[in-house]
Amino acid sequence: MATLSPTTSEALCAAIAEAASKHARLEIRGGGSKADIGSPWGGAREVDILDMRKFAGIVDYDPPELVLTVGAGTPLAEIETLIAAKGQMLAFEPWDHAPVFGRAPGAATIGGVIAAGVAGPQRLSMGGARDHLLGFEAVSGRGEKFVAGAKVVKNVTGYDLPKLVAGSWGRLVALTQVTLKVLPRPRQQATMIIENQTPQQAHAAMAQAMGSHGEIAAAAYLPAAVNNGRAATLFRVQGFAPSVDARCGFLPRLLKDHGDVLRLPDADAARVWTAIRAVAPLAGSAALWRVNVPPSGGCAVVAALEPLGARWFFDWAGGLVWLTFDGDAALVRAAAEKAGGHAMLVRGPEGLRARVPGQHPRSKGVDALEARVRRAFDPAGVFETTRFGDVHAN
Amino acid sequence: MSLIMPAPDRNVLDRRDEIIAALKVIVPGEGVITETAALRPYESDGLTAYRQPPMVVVLPSTVEQVSAVLKWCFENNVKVVPRGSGTSLSGGALPLEDAVLLGLSKFNRVLDINYADRTAVVQPGVTNLAITTAVEGRGFYYAPDPSSQIACSIGGNVAENSGGVHCLKYGLTTNNVLGVEIVMMDGEVIRLGGRHLDPAGLDLLGIVVGSEGLLGVVTEVTVRILPKPETARAVLLGFPTVESGGQCVADIIAAGIIPAGMEMMDKPAIHAAEAFVKAGYPLEVEALLIVELDGPAAECDYLIEEVAAIARANGAVTLRVSQNDGERLAFWAGRKAAFPAVGRISPDYYCMDGTIPRRRLPDVLKRMAEMSVKHGLAVANVFHAGDGNLHPLILYDANQPGQLERAEAFGNDILRLCVEVGGVLTGEHGVGVEKRDLMPVMFTETDLAHQQRLKCAFDPALLLNPGKVFPQLHRCAELGRMHVHHGKTAFPDIPRF
Repeated sequence: MATLSPTTSEALCAAIAEAASKHARLEIRGGGSKADIGSPWGGAREVDILDMRKFAGIVDYDPPELVLTVGAGTPLAEIETLIAAKGQMLAFEPWDHAPVFGRAPGAATIGGVIAAGVAGPQRLSMGGARDHLLGFEAVSGRGEKFVAGAKVVKNVTGYDLPKLVAGSWGRLVALTQVTLKVLPRPRQQATMIIENQTPQQAHAAMAQAMGSHGEIAAAAYLPAAVNNGRAATLFRVQGFAPSVDARCGFLPRLLKDHGDVLRLPDADAARVWTAIRAVAPLAGSAALWRVNVPPSGGCAVVAALEPLGARWFFDWAGGLVWLTFDGDAALVRAAAEKAGGHAMLVRGPEGLRARVPGQHPRSKGVDALEARVRRAFDPAGVFETTRFGDVHAN
Repeated sequence: MSLIMPAPDRNVLDRRDEIIAALKVIVPGEGVITETAALRPYESDGLTAYRQPPMVVVLPSTVEQVSAVLKWCFENNVKVVPRGSGTSLSGGALPLEDAVLLGLSKFNRVLDINYADRTAVVQPGVTNLAITTAVEGRGFYYAPDPSSQIACSIGGNVAENSGGVHCLKYGLTTNNVLGVEIVMMDGEVIRLGGRHLDPAGLDLLGIVVGSEGLLGVVTEVTVRILPKPETARAVLLGFPTVESGGQCVADIIAAGIIPAGMEMMDKPAIHAAEAFVKAGYPLEVEALLIVELDGPAAECDYLIEEVAAIARANGAVTLRVSQNDGERLAFWAGRKAAFPAVGRISPDYYCMDGTIPRRRLPDVLKRMAEMSVKHGLAVANVFHAGDGNLHPLILYDANQPGQLERAEAFGNDILRLCVEVGGVLTGEHGVGVEKRDLMPVMFTETDLAHQQRLKCAFDPALLLNPGKVFPQLHRCAELGRMHVHHGKTAFPDIPRF
């Protein structure tokens, strides 16, 4: 295993073309914060690491245009500091996975965040990584540099390749540069809490709040088992002060039949949302699953798995169930499917990850289509490292 | 017309009777249209400069029929052009002489509404506005609002990734669609997405939206619905220069405000609109700005004052704040009627759709005025100011020899200018046939090949809506060749550890 660290797009093209000609495999890597997601490399195959961190730096940032262009290897933390100084944010709330695996944070790159489709609690109201990637520059598995999308906030010219690349886990292209939509950072945030609800009661309260004029930015539920014995249903509202104040006054009236709705002290609120975003309530080494379902499906998932030992919490008003479960992986996948969604294995011992695919298996038709799409960008399978279960003939 | 479409296949034209007979077996009754007069309504879409009657129109009413039609066409090497309501402004649904036109108008049912999950499942022929109509009784709406929303179908919105005046805050179609069912050219039915947020694997839904009918035929759409904002207020602003209006827009956004809508009109557009609807617009200003804020009443009341203060600081000479909904709608009346208003002062107009970085607006308008002199045609501008999406309306008379060609040349110059200043060919109308031949202005051959290979993954025989979006039809085998350039010995200096 070698590590390649090209510094220019030309060198990157050459490295990928050479790997293709030798039937070698390349795992694209930024900070490596998510390197333990997916299957460990299997046996005979030679996999080199393609380190993208040399493609770093701010290319263009004009705050009133709401557009930021950066090298894909730029650390996420550097970008967040830069745009926070201008009162802006990445509205999909990307986060650093390192603590999930017991590592120190700080290494995650924007390219890695985009490639993994990472988003936080605010994805519920503001969209995911896919919704904020406006354009990119990349090298495909053909060793060819190309661009897609654009550097303006509104564009429908050609296929929307940024959507496809966001969340593609380095299986289509090596991103060298990304253009992101940035948005104003809310002037004020407040979090309202209802305590001691059951999952069903919490779901009902969250559904009512989400369908109201409360303009909820994020909604989560921590059951007693992962929150020091006190279940917490949490609603974040944000924006300009008069609006936040009005909505904080409105929510207790709206949700009066669900219980007392109290305002959480700001410091506690900041702490709890940071914890939720980084899955801190489920820290440890137990197998960690990320279950994506319609919000109304979350309760059924946990009802099926909690009696078998699962620990869990809801984000996205119930549409994202984070859970740890050391029992049969097939039960998690079955529960997710039954609820109309899917389950990704995020953390687990090597043996489990070698046996259980990281991503939820797709239907036969979608699977075949995905394989053809991957071949379109990467005909030699340079980026197919078996990490996500690809079996490649070469 | 100066547009060149793929040459019709003589062999297919000769088999027309056989093709019609096969389609009639799949879609019995009135669903196959063959008479010359009955085909005429389908000969163009919203881009009426280009017309071509289809070989035959088929209007299936079930997914099974759509699948069978596509499968038969695939097996018999017959091209297919899908069509929703036919309101595309870029010729996305322009028929081909040797293609079956597949209309989705019979797919007009709302299938499911789930208020707890805030989703609606609808058939593709349901109009954009009908989704809102179906859910507004419970206080919800569907956010993307293209100006054709009374007529345009959600299937067409998916194909074109349609926008609207509110997309700065609420996003385009792609940000509001959670799932689709599509039928591929070989007849296979596939579901992408669902009622959850993230895909299990590749985001194929994300590329189907905005693929202009080239990848698959949409037969079902799951959209996100939102609670209708509690209130909406607007402010009407007039500026003595385009620069001051543009600076006002930049300052509003720099203040952290993302309005629900922020529309600008230049002097010719203001005059045309005022003459048509008497909206009370000031006639002496160079730029008119309508800023709409929506959300909780406390927020709108606060922000409207903030916006007014920013406008004053930028030298606004007109500043009117809507005091009630009637007044707000009156502010919008002129803007919403801008296209027909221009249609009233000119026999024909050609609507462009480039996006630019907003900071380049004064320069772009100045150069557009120079082009107007050069081409001898007037132009009026309406502008989605918040996101930099320009809609120049070129005034011409198709009955005057040479004017259509001059309008096209002027439009092409405008779009080249948009790309030159860092923008794009189309912000919301799509490439279609209209901007197809300009794609190389924005993308290299390598860029385009990476897009076209995606087409090959969905439709390797290139039978679905050919001749749209891409200026050249490369055969998939040709695109698929792997060029390993530089060989093994190039760049021996790559750092290795």
